[in-house]
Amino acid sequence: MNRAEVQDRPDVRRYGRRAFLGVVVAGVSALAWADRLSRHVGGGLAQLEALVPSSGWRIYTIGDSMPEFDRTTWRLRVDGLVERPLELSYDDLLALPRAKQTSDFHCVTGWSVRDVRWEGVRFRDLLAAARPRREAHALRFVSAEHPYDDTLSLEQAYLADAMLAHRMDGRPLTQAHGAPVRVVVPEMYGYKNVKWVERIELLPKAVDGYWEQRGYDRDAWVGRSNGFG
Amino acid sequence: MHWIHAAAFFVLLGSGLVLYLPALSELVSRRGLVKAVHIDTALAWAAALLLVVLVGDRRGLSRTLGELDGFDADDLRWLRGGRAPQGRFNAGQKLNAALTAAFAVLFAVTGFLLWYGERDTRFRWASTILVHDGLMYVSVVLLAGHLYLALIHPATRQALSGITFGSVDEEWARKHHSKWVEEIELRSSAD
Repeated sequence: MNRAEVQDRPDVRRYGRRAFLGVVVAGVSALAWADRLSRHVGGGLAQLEALVPSSGWRIYTIGDSMPEFDRTTWRLRVDGLVERPLELSYDDLLALPRAKQTSDFHCVTGWSVRDVRWEGVRFRDLLAAARPRREAHALRFVSAEHPYDDTLSLEQAYLADAMLAHRMDGRPLTQAHGAPVRVVVPEMYGYKNVKWVERIELLPKAVDGYWEQRGYDRDAWVGRSNGFG
Repeated sequence: MHWIHAAAFFVLLGSGLVLYLPALSELVSRRGLVKAVHIDTALAWAAALLLVVLVGDRRGLSRTLGELDGFDADDLRWLRGGRAPQGRFNAGQKLNAALTAAFAVLFAVTGFLLWYGERDTRFRWASTILVHDGLMYVSVVLLAGHLYLALIHPATRQALSGITFGSVDEEWARKHHSKWVEEIELRSSAD
């Protein structure tokens, strides 16, 4: 018995494989234009994102659990090449001169969150009491999430929109975002914005931090580093 | 075959959402482990597909592929909303299969680039994660429709026994997949 297979009939069009190939090609091509499109459609996309419980943020960690913040026992150490090493309590930190800003956050993996409201201390104000020595040209931020760390040159830390933030979007920094303090340096990718900072060490020059040791750029300028731009 | 897809899809979606949604990332926290589960599941799924193709009923698979690929005039009429006799797979099921397969390929490609881009900066593109995300959103919508038709919608949920046990109610098949029943009858009468 010769059973005519479905696909041998003359009136049958192979739309299935065409649909399959068409979608694959369209999808692969999107690798070339999706980023540009999202920047143009930005506003609309943001509204769409509001429908999803993601707020645009993704929480990245390197450990098995996030550091806990105990308001009474937490201390921020400032040491290294300084005249006066410091140990600031959370209240000491809150008493320092405050700066506010609204800036964008860009992750090197390709997502961004726009218009984040930060409040914190400018590094000049933070380091004033410690008095960095003349040989100090860089800051190393050590996170409580060991072994995460990263560095900024003093010049980079003194950028007008760089700060050690303790409030985000009108509330004290939450655990997921690095409570109680995190580095905010909007002109660089997220990995430079160290969370759960417990120690700031003044160094003669910048060194490779956690992600630099894994191949990322030290001067992580948004759009001009890590293969972008 | 279908249940390999289903199982893998749910694990990938679950682990993916933990990596993606802050509320879940905070709850689960073990990003390294979840990432490993996500990637290993994708690899296991690909390996399982290969295994099925190598040791399974290749003729049966080939016939199914042919049926899913072919659209005739009745299919096109059905897609435009009209009533038309359908074969073993109705046009909607064929379209779903084509889209799902395409998405699987795209997920694999973008997923690979996300993983590889972490190791070689030349392959870290901003668009990659946007496409991977976009695929996820569309897939979840398609999945919702798929589950509705498979579990709730009276006219189609009979198909669940087909994909699970391999057989469906004959009267329902005559009504919804008449050309398939005709083919079977033709075959058995000619034997």
